Amino acid sequence: MQLGRVTGTVVATVKTEGLEGIKFLVVQPLDKHEKPVGKPLIAADAVSMAGPGELVYFVASREAAEALEPRFVPVDHAIVGIVDQVSA
Amino acid sequence: MKIGRVAGNVVSTINHPFFDSQRLMICDLIGPDGEPLGGYTIAVDTVDAGVGDMVLIIDEGNSARQMFGLTTGPIRAVIAGIIDSIDMA
Repeated sequence: MQLGRVTGTVVATVKTEGLEGIKFLVVQPLDKHEKPVGKPLIAADAVSMAGPGELVYFVASREAAEALEPRFVPVDHAIVGIVDQVSA
Repeated sequence: MKIGRVAGNVVSTINHPFFDSQRLMICDLIGPDGEPLGGYTIAVDTVDAGVGDMVLIIDEGNSARQMFGLTTGPIRAVIAGIIDSIDMA
């Protein structure tokens, strides 16, 4: 899992089967000091409560598909937690 | 498996149900000599590792889920041991 900052929301009316009702957010991956690293990505919000400005942690690949209900919807990144506090 | 050094932890209350009551540690990835490899991962702790500990990290989803007796779950990186020492030939 990696840290990320939610920087935007994605609106898509037409989606493939399985993605209905899933919220997609723009996430900037961060290093452990909360500095941006790499390029922004689009992640599904598996906690349904994340929003712009929030510090989150996210999973990728198969684990992202596991994070959502129903399982194995076609996503490649998913936010699985909102960070209250990080020490590093 | 990977080698890491525990650098800190992450606290969250709003999270996927799997992470309720799990300890999440930020681990710098390091080589066998202890040199940083440049990346980090947030791993679930199963061995009560502390900041500064050199740890063994499983970074594979099916093994990780097996450790928690699960067949499903958004989990991949798990701290599976605290390394006492590494001897290189």
